[in-house]
Amino acid sequence: MKRIAFALALALAAPAAVILPAGPAAAVLPDEMLPDAAQEARARALSKNLRCVVCQNQSIDDSDAPLARDLRVLVREQIAKGRSDNEVRDYVVERYGNFVLLKPPFEGDTLLLWAGPFAVLLLGGAGLIVKLRRRPVMTPDAAPLSEAERAELDRLAGPSS
Amino acid sequence: MKRLFFILPVIAFAGLAAFLGFGLTQDPKELPSQLIDRPLPEFSLPGIADEPGGGPGLVSASFRGEPRLLNVWASWCAACPQEHPVLERIAAEGFPVYGIAWKDKPEDSRAFLARYGNPYSGMGADFPGRTAIDLGVTGAPETFVVDKKGRVRFKQVGPISPEIWESQIKPMMLQLQAEA
Amino acid sequence: MLAEIGHFALILTLLVATLQAVLPMLGAVRGDAALMAFGRSAAGLQAVLISLSFACLMILFGQADFSVALVANHAALSQPLPYRLAATWGNHEGSMLLWVLVLAIYGAGIARFGNNLRATLQARVLSVQAMISVAFLAFALFTSNPFARLFPVPLDGAELNPLLQDPGLVFHPPLLYLGYVGFSVTFSFAVAALLEGRADPAWARWMRPWVLAAWVPLTLGITLGSFWAYYELGWGGWWFWDPVENASFMPWLLGTALLHSAIVTEKRGSLAGWTILLAILAFSLSLIGTFLVRSGILTSVHAFAVDPERGVFILAMIIGATGTALVLFAARAPMLKSGAMFGSVSRESGLTMNNLLLMALTAVVFLGTFFPVIMEAVSPSNKISVGPPYYNLVFVPLVTPLLLLVTVGPMLAWKRDDLAALGQKILLPLVIVGALLAGLSLWLGLAQVSAALGLALGGWLVLGAALVLVRRWRGAGGFSWRLVRTTPAATIGLVLAHAGLGFTTAGIAAMTSFAAEKILVMRPGETAQAGPVSVTMQGAEEVDGANYRALRARFAVRQNGSERVLVSERRFYTVSRNQTTEAGIGVSVLGNQYIAIGDTQADARGPKGTMGLVVRIYWHPLVGWIWFGGLLMAMGGCASLADRRFRIGAPQVRQSPGAGPLAPNLVPAE
Repeated sequence: MKRIAFALALALAAPAAVILPAGPAAAVLPDEMLPDAAQEARARALSKNLRCVVCQNQSIDDSDAPLARDLRVLVREQIAKGRSDNEVRDYVVERYGNFVLLKPPFEGDTLLLWAGPFAVLLLGGAGLIVKLRRRPVMTPDAAPLSEAERAELDRLAGPSS
Repeated sequence: MKRLFFILPVIAFAGLAAFLGFGLTQDPKELPSQLIDRPLPEFSLPGIADEPGGGPGLVSASFRGEPRLLNVWASWCAACPQEHPVLERIAAEGFPVYGIAWKDKPEDSRAFLARYGNPYSGMGADFPGRTAIDLGVTGAPETFVVDKKGRVRFKQVGPISPEIWESQIKPMMLQLQAEA
Repeated sequence: MLAEIGHFALILTLLVATLQAVLPMLGAVRGDAALMAFGRSAAGLQAVLISLSFACLMILFGQADFSVALVANHAALSQPLPYRLAATWGNHEGSMLLWVLVLAIYGAGIARFGNNLRATLQARVLSVQAMISVAFLAFALFTSNPFARLFPVPLDGAELNPLLQDPGLVFHPPLLYLGYVGFSVTFSFAVAALLEGRADPAWARWMRPWVLAAWVPLTLGITLGSFWAYYELGWGGWWFWDPVENASFMPWLLGTALLHSAIVTEKRGSLAGWTILLAILAFSLSLIGTFLVRSGILTSVHAFAVDPERGVFILAMIIGATGTALVLFAARAPMLKSGAMFGSVSRESGLTMNNLLLMALTAVVFLGTFFPVIMEAVSPSNKISVGPPYYNLVFVPLVTPLLLLVTVGPMLAWKRDDLAALGQKILLPLVIVGALLAGLSLWLGLAQVSAALGLALGGWLVLGAALVLVRRWRGAGGFSWRLVRTTPAATIGLVLAHAGLGFTTAGIAAMTSFAAEKILVMRPGETAQAGPVSVTMQGAEEVDGANYRALRARFAVRQNGSERVLVSERRFYTVSRNQTTEAGIGVSVLGNQYIAIGDTQADARGPKGTMGLVVRIYWHPLVGWIWFGGLLMAMGGCASLADRRFRIGAPQVRQSPGAGPLAPNLVPAE
């Protein structure tokens, strides 16, 4: 309610010198953003890859939740301190586990996940090739008849021109 | 050979059905803690007292020499009032309970304790939420069991019910007390 | 009273369905015409009864009768009437009733329109259909009764989630259900064929309209869902690889494969086993989707109130239906007559590759969705997530060869073609698209080569579709009006659908590479830029809606010399205390301007303490093409449905010397 009243003050274009209680944040907010555009871009990319652990299937970049905001700020702090993308990711994984990565790791456990679809394709392709190989020859290139065979044919069918 | 291709779908489906059935018994939102058998992450938090600096707070280094419960809570957490009587009982039985007020203004934390009671032997205020992240906290309340050497041995997600206390955590605490 | 009538009608439906499940099958086995005819009457009766039950529930919602628990939990007095009515299916119990309603309507459809089917086949199909009905009716009645009463009766109900109070909700679930449940018909056809031991071209021909009947609404439902998410959720996303979205996408992918596989079986008698398997799997995925949404096994923004107990029931249904069908498949399918052989370069082989690629794509979506569940069983301490990065990485390399193939397929001749002839036909489009690609790369810069490829791929598809028409219309003596006038509806269908795919591809490519975004705090009078879009905030005011209060901001938007005003609102719903953002969207053929406001916030740039409004400005190039493409695909499906062949009676078997072992009533390939 207070928020709407302050917004009304906005409409009158008179800057109001008050401090608002923090309301629910929408996803990335201007006050979180890093001043350096390249660093901010890195932060956004990393955030899109980190899962909001208290939400239903959203990244911290997309989520309104307070914990998501905390993690967004954390990611930016780490980047501002000069950490690499991998280091920032490891930092969060150390605390929350692989669950927090939206791109699952490439490891033995996840082989089925990464290779499965290609395996389906290869398996099916192999099946198709096997099936095509088994077919009877479709246009036999007939070898010309030998003399003896031609004579036999004439005898059976009558002389041909 | 040809038969094999035809049987493949049934077999794959049987496997899938087994996994789905198993999946029904699991909670997809429950996240296993990364801290089990690892040292408590370092922290040094201010207190919640009504004075500049918050008064004596909580530091991770103090978790040494006795097994303790570390309870992450907040005045805005819906389940915390339900958990509080259980914590008071635990404290009354002589087990040390320490608290971290997560993303809470000190005055709100104090008001909550005034209303529901104070079982805590010590308290730290984590308003920015950074220590909670270090602990891998995903919601309130969550409780960590820390042993004599300062290692985390167990994490309870959600409120501690009397049953969970009696059957799981209390025996664990007794065992940790008996450890070297 | 209405609730009791509805409940009673539901019970009666279960009884009728039980009879329909048993008697016609018996009739088919014994050759008893009367029992088989009973199947048709029962299907009609089932549809009438369940319609009555559903109507009762809708009326209860319309009247806001809070003595019914379901109404009290999902409708409030302040909720506008259309959304009270739509709330009928905006919850678990009501949506299950919708499931059963659509199931019965399709069953009645088979009875009404399938009279040129072999009597035994029709009877078996109706029986299997009824078995599915029985399972779902039992589920609804015993675990999810929509008519349960509530006492004491509350004075007002709980409001439907405001995100769902939107025209999109009115149509999105019914369309999706027409799709999901429609695949039950093809499932029934497949099982019936296995039981009969016959899956001949006639069977495929009878089945194909039903594939389309399910595929078209599913296409529309998914398109609508994506469009709705775009304008409702406030930042312009249109697909999230959420488990429930995937649950609708998987049947669509396999349904597309089924559609094409059925064409081969119909025309050449081959791939019958494939077609049957695809029909079984498509519906199984529909069932698994239902399981996903309601069991709580995966987290999703879409999930209904989750209940593992219900999950067990649905899993049992899946094991019953899919398990039985696949066992039947393993036992009977090897004995089906093999179709005519085909060469390694032929339309059949092209369509087989199409099948394989679509199955691989379905595997991507399936594995991504269910892998966390599998991992949890295999290594419980290492919980993982699978999100958009995985799907984008794996889906794109697999879909690209498929899209290339889509244009090549119609150029291939049936049975046997050779690469030289194909090469000739391909040359022209290859050259044109190559030039397009070169031009785009130069214009966009080499850094954007993947975007250029995506756009060129879209061009490849649209051009390929157009060429189908050109080839058809250009007879021996040049362009012919007669050929234009006699173009089969199915050809139009192909052209529209493939062109639609091209538009969608281009839209996705543009959105992925060229979308622009700007997030900042703005005050009236200030201007900001996002890509080619320049936005000036004019002002903000407070407004009242039917069941909400809102902050409304107005913006002057300039792009390429033209200007318009866009309005965005931040709404606060009084009953449920939810907040939503309504975005202001400026639509044009080349893209959308998209503005969404957030909350007020301290502005770091201004003097300390000044407040501004959080504003998100986006430029979304070609985004409308994504849904336009979906619409075209659906139209293509409708055109195919309208084809005369489906309405001429049973196919005539024509004996011609030297014809292949099957292939009776062949219409020349398009």
